Parts: sequence; C-alpha cells; structure tokens
Amino acid sequence: MKHTINELEDIASQVRRDIVRMVHGCQSGHPGGSLGCADFMTALYFDVMNYSTDFKMDGIGEDLFFLSNGHISPVFYSVLARAGYFEVSELATFRKLNSRLQGHPTTHEHLPGIRIASGSLGQGMSVAIGAAQAKKLNKDKSIVYSLHGDGELQEGQNWEAIMYAPFNKVDNLISTIDYNGQQIDGPTEKVLSLESLQAKFEAFGWHVITSNGNDMDDIVKALHYAKSLTGKGKPILNLMSTIMGNGVDFMMGSHKWHGVAPNDEQLATALAQLNTTLKDY
Amino acid sequence: MKKYTYTEKKDTRSGFGAGLLEAGKKNPEVVALCADLVGSLKMDAFIKEFPERFFQIGIAEANMIGIAAGLTIGGKIPFTGTFANFSTGRVYDQIRQSVAYSNKNVKICASHAGLTLGEDGATHQILEDIGLMKMLPGMTVINTCDYNQTKAATIAIAEFEGPVYLRFGRPVIPVFTDPDQKFEIGKAWMVNEGTDVTIVATGHMVWKAIEAGEKLAEMGIDAEIINIHTIKPLDEEAILKSIKKTGCVVTAEEHNKFGGLGESVARLLSTELPSPQEFVAVNDSFGESGTPDQLMTKYGLDTINIIEAVQKVMKRANK
Repeated sequence: MKHTINELEDIASQVRRDIVRMVHGCQSGHPGGSLGCADFMTALYFDVMNYSTDFKMDGIGEDLFFLSNGHISPVFYSVLARAGYFEVSELATFRKLNSRLQGHPTTHEHLPGIRIASGSLGQGMSVAIGAAQAKKLNKDKSIVYSLHGDGELQEGQNWEAIMYAPFNKVDNLISTIDYNGQQIDGPTEKVLSLESLQAKFEAFGWHVITSNGNDMDDIVKALHYAKSLTGKGKPILNLMSTIMGNGVDFMMGSHKWHGVAPNDEQLATALAQLNTTLKDY
Repeated sequence: MKKYTYTEKKDTRSGFGAGLLEAGKKNPEVVALCADLVGSLKMDAFIKEFPERFFQIGIAEANMIGIAAGLTIGGKIPFTGTFANFSTGRVYDQIRQSVAYSNKNVKICASHAGLTLGEDGATHQILEDIGLMKMLPGMTVINTCDYNQTKAATIAIAEFEGPVYLRFGRPVIPVFTDPDQKFEIGKAWMVNEGTDVTIVATGHMVWKAIEAGEKLAEMGIDAEIINIHTIKPLDEEAILKSIKKTGCVVTAEEHNKFGGLGESVARLLSTELPSPQEFVAVNDSFGESGTPDQLMTKYGLDTINIIEAVQKVMKRANK
C-alpha cells in the first residue's frame, strides 16, 4: 500500500473539490459521473497502478489506463495533475480556449498522461485491448486498465470488444464499469435497460468481480484482487456500483447533474461538504 | 507516347499481400489485423510467416480499428485489412477519434474499392471512401494503380509515421510499373510527358489513361499523363507545373466525382491556376451488380470516356 485508506480519502476529497471548481470555472462539463468515479480514480492512480509521470506514449513497463467515457474528463485531469503529470494550476484552464484540458480527453494537445482521445462513446475497450495485446507482444507484464460508463454499453462496439477479449485470452486487462444507473435522458432502466451486466459479461467469458466504487476500502481491495486475477486466461471486469454526484448531496443519485455546472451558491455549498483539502489549485 | 507493355495481369490486392510480407520481414513491429477476409486481402503469407503478429478480429470492424489504435501505443505498426466499404464508411467515427484525432500510426488497408468489386453490387462497392478519408485532418490517402505500385506503397507506408488510408482493388489488371520502384508518398509519377492536355489519373484508371494516351497520339494529341497515387497530401507542384504547360486537365478515378481526386485538383486550380477541367468519375450514383468491365463501361470509366473528356476539355481551352 502506497497510502493509507484515510490518505486516499483525503486525496479523493481534493479531487472532488477540483471537479466542482473546474466545472464551475467554465460553466460547463460533467460533474455527476466525475464525482462518482473520484474514489476509483484516486485508488487507481495513488495506490494500484505502477507508472511514471515522466510521460512516454508507449508506456512500456508501465500500467496503462484508458478512459472510455471521456466526458468525465474533470476527474481524469484532476487525478493526473494531483499525481504529478502536470501542474495543478493548469486545471483552471479546463474547457477554455487554447487549453490542453479539452472538454473531452485528447492526445492532440499533448497533455501528459493521455494516450487516446475519447468522448464519442464505446471505443475505449477496443483501444485498451489493443494496448494489452501490444504488451503481450512486447513481453511486458504490466496491466491495462479501462473505465466505461454503464450507459455507454449501449454502444455496439463494446460488445464486439467484450466478445473478442476472452476468446483471445486478453488476461492483462482490467475493465471497470461505472455502474451508476444514470444516463443523460434518465435512469438506464428507463432509457434502455442493461439488465444483468454480471450475467452478460460472464456469458461472454469474463471474470467478473463487483465492488462499491464509493467506499475507498472496498474499491482498493477490489482492484488489488482484480490484479491477482490477471494472467489466468480471462479478462477481468470490475462491476463497480457508484452514485452519480457522490460527495455533493444535491447532485447525488440524479441524472440531472450529468452535464450541468453549479452556480456560485451551489459551488459554495458543494465545497463546504467537501471540506478536506490538500490545497486547491 | 512512351510505350508501356505488360507481360502479366495481377490484382493490386496481391501486391498488398506481398508488400505486407516484406514490410513484416523488414520490421518486427509490423502487425496485421483482419475482419474475416484473410483470403480476399491476400494476408495468408504474412500470417504463415508471423502467426503471433496477426490478429483475427472476426466480423467486427469497429473493434478492429480500436484495437489497431491501441496496438500503436505499444509501438506496433498495425495494418488493418477489409473491404474499402467496411474500412471507411462503417468505421468512420472510430477512425476519426481513435486514429486520426489521436494521431495513431495505423495503416488502414482497403481492398475491393470501387465498381471493379463487381458482382456483389452496390452494398460493397464504395465510391465515397477517398472523400471520407481525405477530409480527416492528418490522414494520408493513397490509391495504387497496379501490383508493383501497391507492393511498393505497402512497404513505404510501414516506414512512414502517421495514419494512412491505402486503397486498392479486386480485379486482375496489367502490371506495368517498375517492380523495383521506390514509392515516394506524396510524389506524383510522370507516366508520359506531353504538351496538349494533362490527364491526372489514380488507381485502376491509370492503365486506362495510358490506353487513352496511345489512341490520342494516333489522333495527333500529345497528352501528358500523371499518376497521382497519393491523393493527400497532393503533389500540387507537379500538377500545376503540368497544367501551366498544357492549359487543361482531365481527372480520372474510380470514385464518385464528389469528394475524389478530381475535386482535389479543382480546389487547387481554382486558387492557383483556373483552368478547364473535365471529370472522368462516377456521376454521383451507387453502383450495381455486373462484371468489372461491364460496370466500368456503364458508369463511364472507360478509355473512351477519357478520350472524349480530353476532346471536350481541349475545346473548352480553345486548343
């Protein structure tokens, strides 16, 4: 363990502060899913993954992470900055003209830590599989991680990838589904129900584990358990329950905060609830 | 008219297969992916030689493009193979985001382009792919004219850093280019120097342009024939130099007249050297079932169509 659970929780609190401040600062972006995944992303970058912040695109010998649901870029940018890939002050440029922190993550502006553009949904798992297969060819034992929205699974390309990975024994891949049950037009069960994701992934040949993505202790344990399952012939799927907007009470559990920015008053309320800070940018 | 002869006919896709094998021998980072069309893409020799560097994706082209993008991150040089229709239109957004915008070193290799796919009909005969691909920022677009050029181009793109769309076809056609040629991306090939008219041709239309040039010579017309194999980036210098001399141009391509090579030439001329131009291309239509030769005739992509376009454009240029 690189950090105690309490330390990780403190980092996640700061990441949440960054998220609401970034989205408030440009009055656009996606706070809901970002807040829901703050604990997972903190665990991944501050405890689970091995990587160098001296960024190299090929990432040989490093664990890699791919964000498929690119709209939760605020949490990605915050964690990358807090991990040391770039200065935290740059978070203030999010979604503004001439920024490296584009609305959705991109390699185009050469922001360290990002290896693929995402935003148009459903493409990240294929990319993660390719990166994982390249690692196998390179005899590189490190692991590829990916994160996907649950609503994103409505995109058909995912199911091509979900079918391919177990058949080809891509067992150096740990994909996580942010299972918050919400999408832009409402609850997933009302828009296009996902039914049993666990049964679906298992039927395709994945090793499925479940976790509570808003319980730091649980998500850290789940990710370490997932790591222990790599190299055994199956890709690993972490079906991670989260609450959209987690950490800010008025944003929690509703699709209404999927892509809406808080006003000044709402920002103050949110920051008061996220009172642990490591120093804002 | 410079004399071009051939001793055999081969398909351009076999040139791709031969080039892929050679590229694979030259560079261990070259890998290949296919969406259930190994035989059609002539990938068998590569697969036999380098089984661990081949990825059978199944009938899942979107996944293939994404996996190829991911493979580049580990330093691989992936060549994806399927029909041109499934290489472009079906996966446009995957190419746009995961390859072009992400600037990944993926080589999208597309066989059975255009009408000469033949009997399968319009569902498989894409005539819009050059347009789709050339609109993507940073994408290199190549359409080769015979077996030897396709082989050389395949080897050349492996050595080039950046996303490439390589377009070739199904039918056997004359092999008339140099087997030992060095393929230079973005550099036009001067097929025949002439003074009366410029014919700019790509892909399967290059041999037809040569046939047209021979007939035009008999009619006393001295045609300059330029092969533009790289549609993007366009060799603007070569085209302008030629048309400055001849004053008029015919473009010839197995593609919709909207979005193809002809439009690229017209865009160039409109700003740099306004000149009469005629298009030998499909007139904004889908294809249909038939033999390749029947289709090329019906849709106006024959030698005679080039000759008629030359006569028309020279008249417009008061020549």
